[in-house]
Amino acid sequence: MKKFLIALLFAPVLAFAAGASIHLDKWPGSVSDKASLQNGAKLFVNYCMNCHGASYMRYQNLTELGLTEQQVKENLMFTSDKIGDLMMVAARYDEQKKWFGAVPPDLTIIARARGELGNPGAGADWLYTYLRTFYQDTKRPTGWNNVAFEAVGMPHVLWELQGTQVMNPETHKLELAVPGKMSPAEFDKAVSDLVGFLVWMGEPKQEFRQTLGIFVLAFLALLFVVAYALKKEYWKDIH
Amino acid sequence: MAGGNFEKYKSDGSLGGNVLEWVDARFPATSMWKGHLSEYYAPKNFNFWYFFGSLALLVLVIQIVTGIFLVMHYKPDAALNAAGVPVAFASVEYIMRDVPGGWLIRYMHSTGASAFFIVVYLHMFRGLIYGSYRKPRELTWLFGVGIFLVLMGEAFFGYLLPWGQMSYWGAQVIVNLFGAIPLVGNDLSILIRGDFVVGDATLNRFFSFHVIAFPLVLIGLVAAHILALHETGSNNPDGVEIKEKKDANGIPLDGIPFHPYYTVKDIVGVVVFLMVFSAVMFFAPEGGGFFLETPNFYPADPLKTPPHIAPVWYFTPYYSILRAVVWNFFGLDAKFWGVVAMGASVVIFAALPWLDRSPVKSIRYRGPITKVMIALFVVCFFILGYLGTQSPSPMGELVSQVCTVFYFGFFLGMPWWSRMDKFKPVPERVTVK
Amino acid sequence: MSNQGKVDCGRRRLVVATAAVGGVGAVAALVPFVSSLLPSERAKAAGAPVEVDIGKLESGQMITVEWRGKPVWIINRTQEMLDTLPKLADQMADPKSEKNQQPAYAQNETRSIKPELLVVVGICTHLGCSPSSKFKHGAEEGMSADWLGGFLCPCHGSTFDFAGRVFKAKPAPTNLEVPPHVYLTDTRILIGEDKKGA
Repeated sequence: MKKFLIALLFAPVLAFAAGASIHLDKWPGSVSDKASLQNGAKLFVNYCMNCHGASYMRYQNLTELGLTEQQVKENLMFTSDKIGDLMMVAARYDEQKKWFGAVPPDLTIIARARGELGNPGAGADWLYTYLRTFYQDTKRPTGWNNVAFEAVGMPHVLWELQGTQVMNPETHKLELAVPGKMSPAEFDKAVSDLVGFLVWMGEPKQEFRQTLGIFVLAFLALLFVVAYALKKEYWKDIH
Repeated sequence: MAGGNFEKYKSDGSLGGNVLEWVDARFPATSMWKGHLSEYYAPKNFNFWYFFGSLALLVLVIQIVTGIFLVMHYKPDAALNAAGVPVAFASVEYIMRDVPGGWLIRYMHSTGASAFFIVVYLHMFRGLIYGSYRKPRELTWLFGVGIFLVLMGEAFFGYLLPWGQMSYWGAQVIVNLFGAIPLVGNDLSILIRGDFVVGDATLNRFFSFHVIAFPLVLIGLVAAHILALHETGSNNPDGVEIKEKKDANGIPLDGIPFHPYYTVKDIVGVVVFLMVFSAVMFFAPEGGGFFLETPNFYPADPLKTPPHIAPVWYFTPYYSILRAVVWNFFGLDAKFWGVVAMGASVVIFAALPWLDRSPVKSIRYRGPITKVMIALFVVCFFILGYLGTQSPSPMGELVSQVCTVFYFGFFLGMPWWSRMDKFKPVPERVTVK
Repeated sequence: MSNQGKVDCGRRRLVVATAAVGGVGAVAALVPFVSSLLPSERAKAAGAPVEVDIGKLESGQMITVEWRGKPVWIINRTQEMLDTLPKLADQMADPKSEKNQQPAYAQNETRSIKPELLVVVGICTHLGCSPSSKFKHGAEEGMSADWLGGFLCPCHGSTFDFAGRVFKAKPAPTNLEVPPHVYLTDTRILIGEDKKGA
């Protein structure tokens, strides 16, 4: 009966639905690729931080990507002069609400917020898909729409790099109407870097966390051996 | 028993001995040590299911210690900071990034919250299968039900504190349930919130409940729970009363002193628990989205409700029962009856000692009806739990109604099915595999 | 039992071993908790060095800036102010600044890098009040007739000269603290750091 009950514990896990209603492309990157994250940081500061803050991050933290303070100050700091400052947007949020109608959300933990039940990694996939599926739509006030985020309020800030996509009304697939500065492959790599940066920024300590975890589990295994031997020794009295 | 009939310590002449003798003349130190540990005789046949009591105590300590350190940095303030983010939400990210070691303390607390419920549910299950709630241990069981209720409240108040979307809207929904109570409902909801909607007033009073009020009550109830248990002595997987067979010195033949035997065994249990706990904490702190829910990574927005609001996983069975009641009765909303059903589904555990009419305590000596009923009860509990995580659907509603009927049937029918069932003769002495 | 001694010995060894390994674990588990008490990144950022522009600071003037929540005075001393310093040497508790209240480069006559510019933390070394400036000679500002100018702490009466040195027989035990500082240019001082930072 015990085995039956234990098996039952796993039933809910098997019952998960497929999740998102749109297909998400898998993010191909990795958080341990520091060069990729550095490029992502540059893209983030240049393209995203005009509207979106990363207000839980400090510029100082960017040195964890393998950059020196000098490099951070020269390449990645436009709105502050102190490296200990938080990465805030230059505009005030109440002004942004007035101009845009909605405050562009803070992006520090967006990769975690866009996860799915049963699949926290889905956040990266969503962002990777989102940033690559903007298409021209004259019915929208910004002129842009997005496959992953229907009727999004954000324009396609990366249009110079990707070029302009349109939605083919027959196939319902995206096609590149006007090429941009980057080829599709180059653009995908750039977006992958940017998403990597967002994933990293969501939890900068994630790699350290996992490394520490291995040490902790190894230590506990040792403690188990000793504690179990102790238990067995005392319980000789009983059985 | 710790009643104080133990010999006070007589010094052996050493400094330590003299100090202990001095203390013992003024404080029941040796008496407590003997009564609850070195001369508390517990049955020698405790199995795997008997780890969860001490583990629950461990998790309580973990939550309190990590909570103390989190409160040093957390700010219960719903106002927006310079970046337009609520201060409370930002303070949690401050803990995750700016406070040295803060991320680990936070994950310990969030993993600990879920661990608490896993351990407590397994602990309650042990009581269910071995009849630990039966005479003379009814009061231990009642204190336990009290602990469970207070724990649910503690978790509910605590969940508002990160002030994410799920925190906010979950609290909004649950507090609105009180609005279902006829006549006083609306005013009661305002009283609970301290405002017309969940806001800063709510956040601050929930902070007080979570950090001070409920932990104090919890500690008191846990002490009472253990004292009551030690007064009667522990049950065991065979349901045999070990105090009925004592030796010439008054020591139960099947009893062994809790210390050193069960202290040493519980240490192993603790280490294994910490391995599982650490594996989750270091490699999957979000618990697949169940321990740290993804919508909660968005700060609370009173103007935008997320697409799926569901309570945290440990509340989902009761949430399903709430949603299962869809009919109005006696001029009162289905919403009200749903709340009644949900409350009843928790409180009914308290009636167990008086519902169970089997002559035999433990499932080991009971017949097939008991085994089937308990198995189906567990299955129902899991199904209700799963359905509680999903959006409402016609099939989900039907299934949860069936499971709710069975759930209550299990308890309300127990006086009959427990008496109808076959049973095997209970041995005189405990059996050890 | 004949092997009682051996069994007890084995038990003791296992207890010690478990306690030792467990003890290591307990200490390791303490690390995140104790670390969380250390200054956070926010505190460190707030305590970061402060850059001050003294281009407009005229002779005889004083400005106050905040560093780590404390007032820091920058005084552009006149020659008259500097001349009072040797005259007061025998009235000082620590005339040569022998006690460790200043970095090495400020352990001199004027307690400063540049002779005329004093950079000092404006907190009395007695119990932490901020002294008031009494720059005028004599009894004009309520001081005694032979007062040559400096600071008076209103809380318990400690007095300091134009180099921040404490007078003898006052409640304050030591001279005012000179913070680490460096001249980035002739008119920009970085307070809180010695090295020209990157």
